Amino acid sequence: MKILVAIKQVPDTATQMKIGPDGRSIDTTGITWIVSPYDEFAVEEALRIKEKRGQGEVVAVSLGPERVKEALRSCLAMGCDRAVHLNDPAWATADTLLTTHALAAVVKQEAPELVLCGRQAIDDDMGAVPAQLAELLGWPCACWIMEEAIDAEGKTVRAGRQVEGALEVFDLPLPAVLSAQKGLNEPRYPTLKGIMGAKKKEIREGKSADLGLAEASPALVLAGLEALPPRPPGRIIPGDVPTAVRELVRALREEAKAI
Amino acid sequence: MPGAFWCIVEDDRKGFPKKVTAEVIGEAIRLAGAAEALWVTDAATEEGLRELGAWGVTKIWLLQHPAFSPYQGEVWVPAVADLVAKESPKAIFAPVTARQREFVARLAARLGAGLAADTVGLALEDGRLTARRPVYAGKLLSKVTWAKPPWIATLRPNVFRPAEAQAGRTAAVERPAIATPEPRMKLAERREEVSTGLPELAEAETVISGGRGMKGPENYVILEELGRVIGAAVGASRAAVDAGWRPHRFQIGQTGRTISPKLYLGFGVSGAIQHLAGMRTSKVIVAVNKDPEAPIFKVADYGIVADLFEVVPALTEEFKRLLDKS
Repeated sequence: MKILVAIKQVPDTATQMKIGPDGRSIDTTGITWIVSPYDEFAVEEALRIKEKRGQGEVVAVSLGPERVKEALRSCLAMGCDRAVHLNDPAWATADTLLTTHALAAVVKQEAPELVLCGRQAIDDDMGAVPAQLAELLGWPCACWIMEEAIDAEGKTVRAGRQVEGALEVFDLPLPAVLSAQKGLNEPRYPTLKGIMGAKKKEIREGKSADLGLAEASPALVLAGLEALPPRPPGRIIPGDVPTAVRELVRALREEAKAI
Repeated sequence: MPGAFWCIVEDDRKGFPKKVTAEVIGEAIRLAGAAEALWVTDAATEEGLRELGAWGVTKIWLLQHPAFSPYQGEVWVPAVADLVAKESPKAIFAPVTARQREFVARLAARLGAGLAADTVGLALEDGRLTARRPVYAGKLLSKVTWAKPPWIATLRPNVFRPAEAQAGRTAAVERPAIATPEPRMKLAERREEVSTGLPELAEAETVISGGRGMKGPENYVILEELGRVIGAAVGASRAAVDAGWRPHRFQIGQTGRTISPKLYLGFGVSGAIQHLAGMRTSKVIVAVNKDPEAPIFKVADYGIVADLFEVVPALTEEFKRLLDKS
């Protein structure tokens, strides 16, 4: 079974974000880049499917500038067989939908039986790529999955998607798109052998023209980034516990009107 | 009506619109002066339709068919996309819930339209919609606009002022003809979570969070008791979830749920940057921690430096007294 995993490189969760001088992009000075955590669950699940079936191929795909190769290299070190890097200045202002069109074109080239994604990338938090990819491909999808199992013939995947208050378990005919929620698995750490081996694995570059994509402008336009409005200064309520608790409840009731 | 602002109804799967729907309607009416509802369901109720009318929509597009439940994008999208093509709404708004999040993304892809997910602010500037949405899990805001209509957006729960029901307001109900494709996905099982009897984390107006200071899974009962008294959801920090004390669905933060309740109460939560990212848009923040240097005090409106195991029971008693009185 061939599985394609779409991943994104994002700043580490501990990063303090600063706006760059253009007011539209982040200041990338000193940022540690990682594979978006939900995408690691997707990579891990793809590798487990391959291992369980005893055969198959896992291809990692990502769109972004040169630095994205490092993220793809991490996926190869975890065990992916090869990678596709969509690296073209034409995509510098791509919105979610243009990115998804590029990914869909790769899926059509590669013809996998399953596409796995993280539920959302933790930078722009749009969370739209998995569903939009399924729509562009005309495939079924299940988002925010907590479990999956593929039947022996490789025709159907049973996936449990997280909804409010329940897990809805569906049978989806393959090919299909799944997006990973935290809790699906515990991603492995690359071994030293994996890291060494990754250096020899293929990262194929893809350009917009190779994918036969027409030039298109984004449907959603970024106007700028803004700092969060500062929170008003708070106060520490002094006194022993009974006094402080009484004062807190009074303040929540009378000042903040929160209760 | 061409150019209308459409509000997608989220319901409780029993035929009643949820409160998050009132928030979406309230915001659409504030922006456009009027709004229409679009309800995709297998079973709407008369009371539910009346409620939508009372919230102020002028028209309800009711797409009702047994195939619409449980939600499947492949079944919903063609039906709604057909109607969008016929009616040309200017904006399509939905609340952020599990199925609407996925549905509007698929719909936007079908229509080739822009989608702004999880918005916290909407405005018309020179007749064009702009949206503000948290990015980097709430460390920055991104301001976006659309190249062309329909402007598709999802609205974060608890951020927008809900429409208030007014008796006497009614909406015309339109039942357009619908063609539904055969669903390809088959529901095998719906596994209900063990209910705590407390509100759902993402939609709750009050959220209590327990961090590493809770010391173990057994101690969350004191937070749940407080939750029952004040009607709050109980969540946890990543440290507590990674320690296995709470299931992942309760995690607040960059790799969990991003929440904006009216009141957030953190107990034994240090306030790691990735946790703050998930809750700093809460309206009022209360922090209780033994460590006066805990970073959460930097964003808290009210802080108590003390042992949470003394504070929580005292707080529960004090709230009980207060709420019994009123």
